[in-house]
Amino acid sequence: MAAIEISGLSKDFLVGFWRKHRFRALDRLSLQIEQGEVFGFLGPNGAGKTTTLKILTGLIFPTEGTATILGKPAGQPEAFLHAGFLPENPYFYDYLTPQELLDYFARFYPLTPEERKRRCDSVLDQAGLSDVRGRPLRKFSKGMLQRVGIAQAILHEPEIVLLDEPMSGLDPVGRHEVRELILQLKAAGKTVFFSTHILSDAEALCDRIAILNRGKLVGVGQISDLLRRQAGYDAVIECPSPEAIAPLAPLAAKPPLYSGGHCRVQIPEQELSRFLSLCQGDGLRLISLNPVRLSLEDYFVEVLRDTESGRAPAAAS
Amino acid sequence: MNSAQTLTIVRNTFREAVRDRVLYNLIAFALIMIASALLFGEISIGIQKTILLNIGLSSISVFGLLIAIFLGIGLVYKEMDKRSLYALLSKPIRRSQFIVGKFLGLNFTILVNTAFMSLGLWAALFYLTRGFEPQDIYIWEAIYFILLQLSLVIALCLFFSCFSTPVLSAVFTFVAYVIGNLASDIRTFGELTENPLLGALTTGIYYMLPNFSNFNVSSWVAHGNPVEGSVILWNTLYALCYDAILVTASVWIFSRKDLK
Repeated sequence: MAAIEISGLSKDFLVGFWRKHRFRALDRLSLQIEQGEVFGFLGPNGAGKTTTLKILTGLIFPTEGTATILGKPAGQPEAFLHAGFLPENPYFYDYLTPQELLDYFARFYPLTPEERKRRCDSVLDQAGLSDVRGRPLRKFSKGMLQRVGIAQAILHEPEIVLLDEPMSGLDPVGRHEVRELILQLKAAGKTVFFSTHILSDAEALCDRIAILNRGKLVGVGQISDLLRRQAGYDAVIECPSPEAIAPLAPLAAKPPLYSGGHCRVQIPEQELSRFLSLCQGDGLRLISLNPVRLSLEDYFVEVLRDTESGRAPAAAS
Repeated sequence: MNSAQTLTIVRNTFREAVRDRVLYNLIAFALIMIASALLFGEISIGIQKTILLNIGLSSISVFGLLIAIFLGIGLVYKEMDKRSLYALLSKPIRRSQFIVGKFLGLNFTILVNTAFMSLGLWAALFYLTRGFEPQDIYIWEAIYFILLQLSLVIALCLFFSCFSTPVLSAVFTFVAYVIGNLASDIRTFGELTENPLLGALTTGIYYMLPNFSNFNVSSWVAHGNPVEGSVILWNTLYALCYDAILVTASVWIFSRKDLK
């Protein structure tokens, strides 16, 4: 059974003063997330990431399509016994302390008082909140609230964790800790579905990613597959002067960089054989030649550019 | 519906009100009551007790109304606006439990609030008369009716807060309260005009809005008169039915609402 199954999900919002115009925030999204996967949900602002997560958590209702969590209809209380959710920029009752808030939320699960206390203590530790467990939430910074949000999402040891922009508002140490936490969840066999703008985090953490643009799915797959394509070669050449590499310049993808008798040139794959024939002689000597792989950022930008221009994305499936 | 989960929301609604320092107005109220008792003991002869009870019961009603509206209008809207609902509704609870929990939680807050204010009145009465008479027990009938009235106000606030802003909810509730207090007069006015359209309109208003004037017995008990048992029973049933209708309507609206 898939951890999360999304099928033909669309969401229209009525906009305008008289709410007569329809705005399609999500357009026939279909996705399947397997158990134990760390799945990244990427896309620019307004792409429909939060809309999808809100449908999965029952905060909004789809115009069409279905979504299930471990076979249970998304948004139903039964689904939340197995899923935890961190909203984007979370806000909690600021008159409570983290300990009170977690105890309040824990009471919605079928737990004994002892188990409830054990879980609260455990997630306070995991989120690094043990020292501030008695401080009112109104005195918390954005990053600290994010930690509280993560703590409440994993409070009941869910099999599936949905995180909306979990790194948002965190400092580098906080980001590192959240990354570690996601890796811990993965090691424990949990499914993690998270949206993010931070591509390096997605690249470091995700088994698979999906890219959404203007409500449509424009790319999905394993990162290793998506980034397998080469973007050319990176060559370093020994040369006596900048003028000596002039014949190579037309072949380069970017202007060559000359520094201290060496020159770095980026060569597209189709120009490689001509480049190799030209870079021997006239004082030139090839020092190194390495294939350049596409980064997630390159892929992300390329996919968005392709969809904006109406072309089919190269590696989307 | 899991009652333990609903009770958790009730408890938190009460905790929110307590930490909002709303209940601290009670101390001020108690002081005003005692001061009134001392003052009226000095300037009135023969009717000190009636005046004290009239002012005391009216104060309980007005303070209760202010607190009910002040807290009630934010019951749902504040949680939607601040998005604290996002984390709460991603727990295994139903939206109906949230609405019922909020309604009962604020009713409990008002009950505790009113109990404190009533004790203040009782203390002031004791200070003035240096003892109690058998008919003083009727004061509690008036206080019970005030509680029923405030429960209707909370239900109205909750209903309006499901689809409008706090300011509009406050205006709607207050207007409904004022019209509801004049319901019988408005209906009589409609009948006297002999205009069928106006008559139908005022009769419609009479039946649609809660009839708050049914609960106004403060002056009656301040003069030492009891309220009949049948009136207590019918008013209780009326308030419970009206509450149930408004809470059901609130659940219906809120369960279909997109939380943007």
